[in-house]
Amino acid sequence: MTRLPALLLSSAAATALTGAAHAQELNALVWCDHTDPALIEPFEAAHGVKVNLREYEGTGAALALLEQSRPGDWDVLVIDGIDVFRAVEAGILAPLDPADLPTGDFFPEVVMAENNSVDGVTYAVTEKFGYNTISYNAAKVDPADMENLATVWSEKYDGRISIYDYYLPVMGLAAMAEGIATADIGPDDLETIGGVLSTMRARAASVAGVVAAQTALATGEVDIVVGGGEWLTAVLAGEQPDLTWTIPEQGAVRWAQSIGVVAGSENPDLALEFVKYIVSPEGQARLATSSCFWGMPANAKAGDFLSEDQKAILRWDSQPDYLARSQLYPAPDADLDIEMQDLWLETLQQ
Amino acid sequence: MTARAERMRGWGFVAPALIWTLAFFVVPFLVMGAMSLATLEGRTLVWGVSLANYAELTEKAYLWRAILVSLEITLTVTVVSVLLAYPLASIIAFRVPPRWQRLALLLAILPFWTSYVVRSYAWLLVLAREGVVNQALLGLGLLSEPVTLANTRFATVTGFVHFFVMLLTLTIYANLIQLSPNYRRAATDLGASAFQTFCHVTLPLALPGIVTGAFLTFVLCIGDYVTPQILGGNTELTVPQVIMVQLGRRADFPLASALAIVLMGIVTLAYLASARWLRLDRL
Repeated sequence: MTRLPALLLSSAAATALTGAAHAQELNALVWCDHTDPALIEPFEAAHGVKVNLREYEGTGAALALLEQSRPGDWDVLVIDGIDVFRAVEAGILAPLDPADLPTGDFFPEVVMAENNSVDGVTYAVTEKFGYNTISYNAAKVDPADMENLATVWSEKYDGRISIYDYYLPVMGLAAMAEGIATADIGPDDLETIGGVLSTMRARAASVAGVVAAQTALATGEVDIVVGGGEWLTAVLAGEQPDLTWTIPEQGAVRWAQSIGVVAGSENPDLALEFVKYIVSPEGQARLATSSCFWGMPANAKAGDFLSEDQKAILRWDSQPDYLARSQLYPAPDADLDIEMQDLWLETLQQ
Repeated sequence: MTARAERMRGWGFVAPALIWTLAFFVVPFLVMGAMSLATLEGRTLVWGVSLANYAELTEKAYLWRAILVSLEITLTVTVVSVLLAYPLASIIAFRVPPRWQRLALLLAILPFWTSYVVRSYAWLLVLAREGVVNQALLGLGLLSEPVTLANTRFATVTGFVHFFVMLLTLTIYANLIQLSPNYRRAATDLGASAFQTFCHVTLPLALPGIVTGAFLTFVLCIGDYVTPQILGGNTELTVPQVIMVQLGRRADFPLASALAIVLMGIVTLAYLASARWLRLDRL
């Protein structure tokens, strides 16, 4: 063999290997619950691929990252259910064929076709949901007091409360405490909501993110987390069974996260397979009990793959009641969003 | 070598630093400046020349409050850190035998070896109502019930001071160790007391190290997001925290950039105020 053909052959082999290597990688922009190896490794093993995961916080940050990326850099996006339309408007999500998605097996309330589709075209599918409500230490507070929002942030619990640091669910809870439906929140309601926030803020020891709120509850720094829920206390339940949560009589705010394929993905088929895996009963059970945070799977058939203990922690049997008593996150338009965020920051600075 | 060739050689030497500065400071700064003049209409970024983002500083009280909170915390941290770091650096430089000084410095900067975030969470546990401090004070009978230390400005300042005392100790030590002991001996021979020697000889000579460390403390502290977020419990917001909120959900890069430019303006003023004593070559 002369040197030139050998070089050509080796470079061709290198190109093929590189191509193969590229074809075997999937890049996903996700929330932390997707980074649990117990969730990802079965998919990687089944398809012989590597899934590269990057976490983000905040839809704005994710959209900015995607808009600055080259087409093909990303294959899968996990996004807040109420923000799917923003990703579609920005041209970030690719259409999905509803026939590929087992939404018929989902809890009907969380299919949320109106959130996951635009102009009749489906762009995402709900994968997980839960509640922003009241988490508390049952050994330190009277559980009966947690059944009414007014007593939760009453003088009795002054300095023993932490507020979850995200304005949409907390303002949603404040609205519900005043009898305002989250879907109906408008500029005229902000004064009322602001009053509730001020009361809440005055009683609170801190306004904390996920880890800080868990730490505060686990160390006894606070006894109640307003805006908490199963996603906050489930991972602590094994070691501290007194940490629990409830949905008060006024109801709770329901969060939902969706997953979709990024437009321009270089691996659209593999990306779709990943989405299908995540919403399959097995994938859903693993996602629901992720080491980062727990939450209800959208697919009701995931129950077949969860243990009785896991279902008890998720309050599986109470879901019909919880779903009926919860309202979806507030989904403000851009102008109202600014006003709500300003009100939130003003309250924090009080 | 001709003058032209020599010039080219000179450019060749400075080119890497020049390109680095252009790529990673000048260009990003210009982009940030331009972004601060853009606006967000709905959720669409509109490039242009508008002072609307700067006008918001006068219209929204929480933005002004964030600037004031940042300044108050930063100045407190800088002063407390200097007051704690100077004696420590002085003891290491003048009292610890030279052969032990390396070890003393190593011990002083040991906390640098742990993650900044982990260190902040560790402080949160230490200062918690059921943390080490409260339990110790309760055990000694100095308190009848736990006091709130975590999630306060006190906690933020404590976390910062723990970090910056190490930095300041290094800068002040580097300055003090260069001072000839003959200056202090001469002052003593001329009848100066220890206090007079400190005020009129040691302190003026140590000022470059103190000011350099204080300036670095100011710059790093006022731009920090992690410590106030973890230890302050969001009971009050600093400018970096407000910037993060603007970016998180709404991606309001124009307002975030305007706030960042304001921070740079404050840092520039701090630089101008301390430029007379800034001697980075003493480090």
